[in-house]
Amino acid sequence: MVGGKLLNNARMAELHAREAPDRVRELEAWGAVFDRTRDGRILQRPFGGHSHPRLAHVGDRTGLEMIRTLQDRAVAAGVDVFMECTITRLITGADGVVGAFGYWRTTGGPVVFPAKTVVLATGGIGKAYTVTSNSWEYSGDGHALAYSVGADLIDMEFVQFHPTGMVWPPGVRGLLVTEAVRGEGGILRNKDGERFMSRYLPEDRRGEYASTDEEAARWVTAQSEGRVTDARRPPELSTRDNVSRAIYTEVREGRGSPHGGVFLDISYLPPEHVRRKLPSMYDQFKELADVDITTGPMEVGPTTHYVMGGVRVDAETGASTVPGLYAAGEVAGGMHGANRLGGNSLSDLLVFGQRTGAAAAAAATSVAGWKKAPYLDPVQVRDAGRELSAPLEQGSGEDPYALQRDLQDVMQRLVGIFRVEADLQEATSELSRLKARWPAVGVRGGRTFNPGWNLVFELRNLLVVSEAITRSALQRTESRGAHSRIDHPETDQAGWGGRNSVVRRRPDGSMEVTTTALPEMSDELRLLLGGAH
Amino acid sequence: MTVQGAVLRALRKPRGSARQGFGTTSRRDNWVVFPVVQALVFTLCAGYLTFSGIFWEPILPTGYRWDGYLSPLFSPLIVWKDMPTWLSPGLLILWIPIGFRATCYYYRKAYYRFYFADPPGCAVGEPTMHRRFALENALPFVLQNLHRYLLYLAFIPLTFLWLDIIPAFIAPAGEAGVTDPGLRIGIGGLLFLVNVTLLTGYSLSCHSLRHLVGGRIDCFSCTRARRVRYTLWQRLTDLNRSHMWWAWASLITVTLADIYVRLLVLGVITDQAIHFNL
Amino acid sequence: MIETRPPAEVPARAEALPGAAIDEARASSVAKLRVFRGEPGTPSRYDEFDVPVEEGMVVLDALHWIQGNGAPDLAVRWNCKAAKCGSCGAEVNGRPSLTCKTRLSDFDLDEPITVEPMRTFPLVRDLVTDVSWNYEVNRSIEPFSPPADVPQSDWRWQQEDIERVQEFRKCIECFLCQDVCHVLRNHETERPFMGPRFLVRAAGLEMHPIDQADRRPYLKDVGGVGYCNITKCCTEVCPEHIKITDNAIIPLKERVADEFYDPIQWAWRKLRGRSDSAPDRRSLPVLQAGRQAEPSIEPTPERLARAVGEDSPVAEPMHAAAPTTSTPAAEPTPAAERTDAGKVAKAARATAGPRAKRARRRPDTGDETPSEG
Repeated sequence: MVGGKLLNNARMAELHAREAPDRVRELEAWGAVFDRTRDGRILQRPFGGHSHPRLAHVGDRTGLEMIRTLQDRAVAAGVDVFMECTITRLITGADGVVGAFGYWRTTGGPVVFPAKTVVLATGGIGKAYTVTSNSWEYSGDGHALAYSVGADLIDMEFVQFHPTGMVWPPGVRGLLVTEAVRGEGGILRNKDGERFMSRYLPEDRRGEYASTDEEAARWVTAQSEGRVTDARRPPELSTRDNVSRAIYTEVREGRGSPHGGVFLDISYLPPEHVRRKLPSMYDQFKELADVDITTGPMEVGPTTHYVMGGVRVDAETGASTVPGLYAAGEVAGGMHGANRLGGNSLSDLLVFGQRTGAAAAAAATSVAGWKKAPYLDPVQVRDAGRELSAPLEQGSGEDPYALQRDLQDVMQRLVGIFRVEADLQEATSELSRLKARWPAVGVRGGRTFNPGWNLVFELRNLLVVSEAITRSALQRTESRGAHSRIDHPETDQAGWGGRNSVVRRRPDGSMEVTTTALPEMSDELRLLLGGAH
Repeated sequence: MTVQGAVLRALRKPRGSARQGFGTTSRRDNWVVFPVVQALVFTLCAGYLTFSGIFWEPILPTGYRWDGYLSPLFSPLIVWKDMPTWLSPGLLILWIPIGFRATCYYYRKAYYRFYFADPPGCAVGEPTMHRRFALENALPFVLQNLHRYLLYLAFIPLTFLWLDIIPAFIAPAGEAGVTDPGLRIGIGGLLFLVNVTLLTGYSLSCHSLRHLVGGRIDCFSCTRARRVRYTLWQRLTDLNRSHMWWAWASLITVTLADIYVRLLVLGVITDQAIHFNL
Repeated sequence: MIETRPPAEVPARAEALPGAAIDEARASSVAKLRVFRGEPGTPSRYDEFDVPVEEGMVVLDALHWIQGNGAPDLAVRWNCKAAKCGSCGAEVNGRPSLTCKTRLSDFDLDEPITVEPMRTFPLVRDLVTDVSWNYEVNRSIEPFSPPADVPQSDWRWQQEDIERVQEFRKCIECFLCQDVCHVLRNHETERPFMGPRFLVRAAGLEMHPIDQADRRPYLKDVGGVGYCNITKCCTEVCPEHIKITDNAIIPLKERVADEFYDPIQWAWRKLRGRSDSAPDRRSLPVLQAGRQAEPSIEPTPERLARAVGEDSPVAEPMHAAAPTTSTPAAEPTPAAERTDAGKVAKAARATAGPRAKRARRRPDTGDETPSEG
């Protein structure tokens, strides 16, 4: 809650904290192999902003371990997986969402899924930016699909810029350098060799961080052995929004590294230890940048990483404001408030993935005769089909790749880490110009695995989320968490505290941007937070 | 067994688009060089050793011992009074190291590639006659699974080779200037020492040994005995990483050691040595 | 209060992130790419493209440049661009590689660089292949099977017990090893061969400290471990540097040899008799009776308050399951058999012979063998 600048949905934060351990144990029972403590239990470590070492992990590839475990589990359970299938439209009926329309990427053939309930789990929006740690799939598909059927999106202005992305060579700019590097003791320095993070610590939390290099080093040693220590954590483990701004400011003020980043150094630890705890990072730098992280520092800079905002969901069930539509993971909003802490995304997926899946399944099977497929409006299906074919029939036209470059450029330049009204206004008008270009997009080639064709629909979605981000950012006239307004540098607790931005589609198709009050938090949590804050 | 047939058919990989035929590849590097050089060195060494150990003596009795040096191909030396002349004492020993190396996981890789072209190189097409080969699923190559037994046996000549080091470092009495047997540090002795060390490294770095010592255990920390085996397994794993290196180095030193003794016997060279009276 | 720290001077405009725009002028030289184009049923061809080269550029960057400048429909499967997802496998100058980590600077740019799809799998279009067969093989492997009667909260093992398994779980399923394997690529074997990727997966399960299933009959009779003639091409191409041959396949071959090709061990087993009962708890890596379970760390308001207010974090490992709203399903539920594929998979496991049917391997096999030799 504190890391999220008190804008989190308190109930979601609570459920997350209570249920995450169960989900981790469940993973182990399904075959996950976490790193161990000396007495044979699951070793945990902290990331930035954590007051407790609580991340069960596998070196620096915890996410991969989760993927493998869940994949193996799904295979063993005989779950049907439809791979490489893009959903372009949700079909609605009188009772909300009743199905989905899409196409197979390998054949280009259209497909319709009648469904009592639909769960969105499409991740984030990173591809709206030039420099991002996200893959091409992070095009805000779920956000835009939910928006298109009238669901609320909240907190869209909060886009997390991960402090440490690669900055060199150009081909890998933005690639994630995991927070585990700092969790294992990585030190940030500017070109003068200064450990600058201590200058950027928020005054009221300065007491939580090591005051000397020696104390930080002691903490690192104790952590790696899973030992209790009285040393405080290094300043590099401040929250991501704070570290990103610090790096950005260092570079802007001329103290950056040669390629426009700062130095992140873990080479003071024994090479063996670095290779064992950060094997993927070791390989990544060795192979992509010719840098040996056991002997020299890495160059890093901020990169678009995560969107805190998303579909407004019910904390208990993951249900959106449209019946039949659910969302879980990054596409859902509320859990992380104004800034997400490291590691919370993976556990968010586990906790709310489980809750939402169970709730959606229960809802789908609760009505009598549920095995009968719902009725799909043939007009909607026909329209979706026409829309799907349109860019191919258009043939030559606006180049989708050029449109994508222009969109990313606008967002990167005008809606980045630091925002100011003039930029945001300009971005709004740029975006409407881009939106006007979209219907003219045409692609060459056939339907079989045609990436240009696929990009057309991603662009439509990216345009929606970009507008939502920009207009929400324009609306929030304060700085909070990942949202920093140069023209409103203060956090305005009286005016904006406890207010979520809301974006929804008006019946006429235009975007409505407004605010609502944060859901009430329970007295128990209020008591807890009162003591801490 | 129709169910089984259906299952096995279902798991069969659908055909890809790889071009078939010996040597077809898109690789642009000189993939041919490496296997050809390996084949040459291997064939020379193995050919010479087979000749020297099995055929040399029956055809042209020359001798394989010289003043305390016994060619490693003949150790332990087994001879009896009316031994047939066609039988070389080397044959009685040599089948063990030949079998050990023939079933060795490293040599298998090497000779499947350079003798059988199965495959000639990574992502390089094979002769199409290979298509139906059962590889190590059927005779004869299923016998490769007996590697561990040849490993056990290989320790017998290895022990004798260590024992052979002792006479190799003792100067025989009666030589010029030497009245009593003394310490002799000769090129031959040193060669023997290097050879037996490399052979030991080769045997200890064996994949089967690594498995038997600890690899077969699932939980290393469960009992005290297993912790000990885990430590051993780790050591053997370190050695095992360079199994290829041990294999080639020891093959070459065995060849050199035998050639050295043969040349001494033939009087082509003399042993350079430093003598110490004890 | 919550601090936000603006730059030293407040400009009217925020600046773009440092070095955000890629400078086209930095391109120093040109690479010539010959890219395979085609789909099943039509004649294939190689299209040539001249791609401006930037420092550090990889083959996938070049393919993206081609998509954005001339061939928008060039089919390439890719995702993370960081060698972590394993989607972008292709054959570059005949070598199976991840295009996202194959750098143009490694090639002689005077010669064309040929990019082809993974040849071992059926073509979809251009550089995209259909790798779905791999998932069928995966399904046929008996899943992780912990002992039914020991709850997860009691499991205890050391880092050294899982280091082997962790190496295998680094696999990103790029299937380059499957692609390069000559048994899959060039042979038409009588029985199926699972390929290096799934030998690695099987090894990860077989060597898991608490897994109880015995996959050796399956490996021999269905997986075809004997088809592997250990020529190590899989290890050479593995982008995760898993020592596939030395650490996974050879140990599995040795384990299969233990069971099927070792007369002394066979005789020893006959002599002692094989126990098919559930393993003794004492031989499992679990909390033993007599050792007290650690106290629960069920989050209480006091505990939370302390954690939030605390200055120094305290390492508290996760242990004994706390009673909470839902309990994890420790025992895997039976595989659903809705699909034919599911049936095939189940049958495949059964095909491996009667022993595969839940044969309990004595967990202490490791200790109880005579020390032959």
